[in-house]
Amino acid sequence: MRHLLSAGDLSRDEATLVLDTARELAQVSSRSVKKLPTLRGRTVVNLFYEDSTRTRISFEAAAKRMSADVINFSAKGSSVSKGESLKDTALTLQAMGADGVVIRHSASGAARRLAGWVDGAVLNAGDGTHEHPTQALLDAYTMRERMGRLEGLRVAIVGDIRHSRVARSNVLLLHTLGAEVTLVAPPTLLPVSVGTWPCAVSYDLDEVLPKSDVVMMLRVQAERMRAAFFPTAREYSRRYGLDRDRFARLHDDAIVMHPGPMIRGMEISAEVADSPRSTITEQVANGVSVRMAVLYLLLGGSESAIGNGN
Amino acid sequence: MTHNPTFLIRGARPLGGDPADILIRDGRVAAVGAPAAGDPAAEVVEAHGLIALPGLVDLHTHLREPGREDAETVASGARAAAMGGYTAVHAMANTDPVADTAGVVEQVWRLGRDAGHCDVQPVGAVTQNLDGAHLAELGAMADSIARVRVFSDDGMCVSDALLMRRALEYVKAFDGVVAQHAQEPRLTEGAQMNEGVVSDRLGLAGWPAVAEEAIIARDCLLAEHVGSRLHICHVSTKGSVQILRWAKSRGCDVTAEVTPHHLLLTDDLAESYDPIYKVNPPLRTAEDVAALREALADGTIDCVATDHAPHPIEAKETEWSNAAMGMIGLETALSVVQHTMVDTGLLDWAGVAERMSATPARIGRLSGHGRPLEVGEPANVTLYDAAATREIDPAAMASKSGNSPYRGTTLPGRVVATFLRGTPTVLDGKIQ
Ligand SMILES: [Zn+2]
Repeated sequence: MRHLLSAGDLSRDEATLVLDTARELAQVSSRSVKKLPTLRGRTVVNLFYEDSTRTRISFEAAAKRMSADVINFSAKGSSVSKGESLKDTALTLQAMGADGVVIRHSASGAARRLAGWVDGAVLNAGDGTHEHPTQALLDAYTMRERMGRLEGLRVAIVGDIRHSRVARSNVLLLHTLGAEVTLVAPPTLLPVSVGTWPCAVSYDLDEVLPKSDVVMMLRVQAERMRAAFFPTAREYSRRYGLDRDRFARLHDDAIVMHPGPMIRGMEISAEVADSPRSTITEQVANGVSVRMAVLYLLLGGSESAIGNGN
Repeated sequence: MTHNPTFLIRGARPLGGDPADILIRDGRVAAVGAPAAGDPAAEVVEAHGLIALPGLVDLHTHLREPGREDAETVASGARAAAMGGYTAVHAMANTDPVADTAGVVEQVWRLGRDAGHCDVQPVGAVTQNLDGAHLAELGAMADSIARVRVFSDDGMCVSDALLMRRALEYVKAFDGVVAQHAQEPRLTEGAQMNEGVVSDRLGLAGWPAVAEEAIIARDCLLAEHVGSRLHICHVSTKGSVQILRWAKSRGCDVTAEVTPHHLLLTDDLAESYDPIYKVNPPLRTAEDVAALREALADGTIDCVATDHAPHPIEAKETEWSNAAMGMIGLETALSVVQHTMVDTGLLDWAGVAERMSATPARIGRLSGHGRPLEVGEPANVTLYDAAATREIDPAAMASKSGNSPYRGTTLPGRVVATFLRGTPTVLDGKIQ
């Protein structure tokens, strides 16, 4: 694995290795000294063209727990906001000798472009409406921890599939790992060619819920309403929101996930978000472990992840 | 260009037929046939094995001057055209300022005349500053020394149905034609590439085929209703072909062009996110490519036009969604047509001459171009080595820009010589 640009780049063995490594590394997070020497001397650049404090902090914590040097390069207050091109920024990072670049960008494919311009490993932390592979990995990790397996797991992904990088990465990764995905959305929020994707599709959340082990609620942005993807927030909530009544249709072991940030009341009601069967806070913690695993596998070379301690 | 005005082209195959000698004197074809009774004063051009075609005519070229001389100038574009075997190009109106007045079209026309490598025929904008709302002074452009006959807001669609109707009607007064860039604007807001399996996977906003087809259908019906000539730019979908076939069968006076890149390239090239493949209309699917080739062969699509669209490096070395749309094409068009149409058996060289010279000249009302290689005709001649192959190197091209999607690939054929009214603009593959 040289870069992580798409969840579809991972074979089943590679994806499983990431999850297993993350599990090992999670133990570190529960120790009093949370630091490993594994990536000492390596430089990781967080190149964030979009505001996403939660994702940046997650990557930063992951890199620091592995003792990497972290440089945060955010669009605000840097040459980027003065119109420097991605290519020129890439050449700067190259000159700095970055071993890994974590990139978040509003343009689909920005991570792929960057990978063509730098020697270091490129880690896609979300590119436009394309993919967000570490989110899918942490979601898969969370499901596996909670449900004990991924093979045959029935996962419903609900919301703005068309514009969601989380949905794209999850469909690819969960398919690779043997889960059965059903996408649920109004037809306007599904891609036109969704029939070719390796998953099922439904317009009817009530019909899908009783047959799901995992329900993943995606954020729906208000601007979609203005562009006529659905008539009103109220109608969206009524047909596709996960409220208490719908929650009751799930079987007792089913869990509810949300990649955050969520809009309580729109796609998920507060009592569902705060229920013990919601994994929303676990997902945040698991995010650090999974990102540690990915950084280790991309940058760590031959040393073992935990090391022998020194 | 201080050459002997008399040339003897020896052994070329006119339209791919039997070898013949072609004598060029005083800017005209003086003799065609069996080894010529030599004119001892003539400069001999050995052309054994080469195909002789009438000089190519492009209905759709972006020369960028005035305004974006960093990407192309009329002079550099005219050299690129000559290197591609062209003797006339239509310079699109979306310059800065827009070619929407007699003053601007006359400026472009003069720049072309001064450049000399190729006739540059300005296209006039349909609406003022391409605003889609107010008709430009079409008559003034038609009456100017540039004698504009093709009007287009290319880059923008004339989407207002009433304005389109008026434009179609108005240009009848001077035998003009409206060349429509068919793109329903609301259906393509923010569009980045063909909408389909690939765009959905890549998370790039889709440009659906229906946005082109709906406008073509509407405009064919409008043109038929008012009895006007209509030309459709860069047809890119199978559905458009079906609509054109239907419209022509009803007697609608519509013509259409296809670009070389839409005859060869497909949307899966976007998988690389390299915007060298970003173009408008976007690259479509293999099924569309097959339909376009068939339509060009059977005449549903009348001609090939390059949509040569030069851009500076920084406009392409960026994220896909930030990148400019378009690719250069003048210096590869004939090779791509050979590769996709001739080498596949869909078209013979006479068919190529018709679709790349005679028909575009007729649509553009260029009386001195697209003429047969016959005695007395203007000596606009292209000599082409169809047996050659070449690796495409944009750095070696005459265009100021290098945004060719064929960079590093191998294409058949090479333009050896181009004559513009008897004067060589290219000889031995070199600009004169
Ligand atoms: Zn156009």
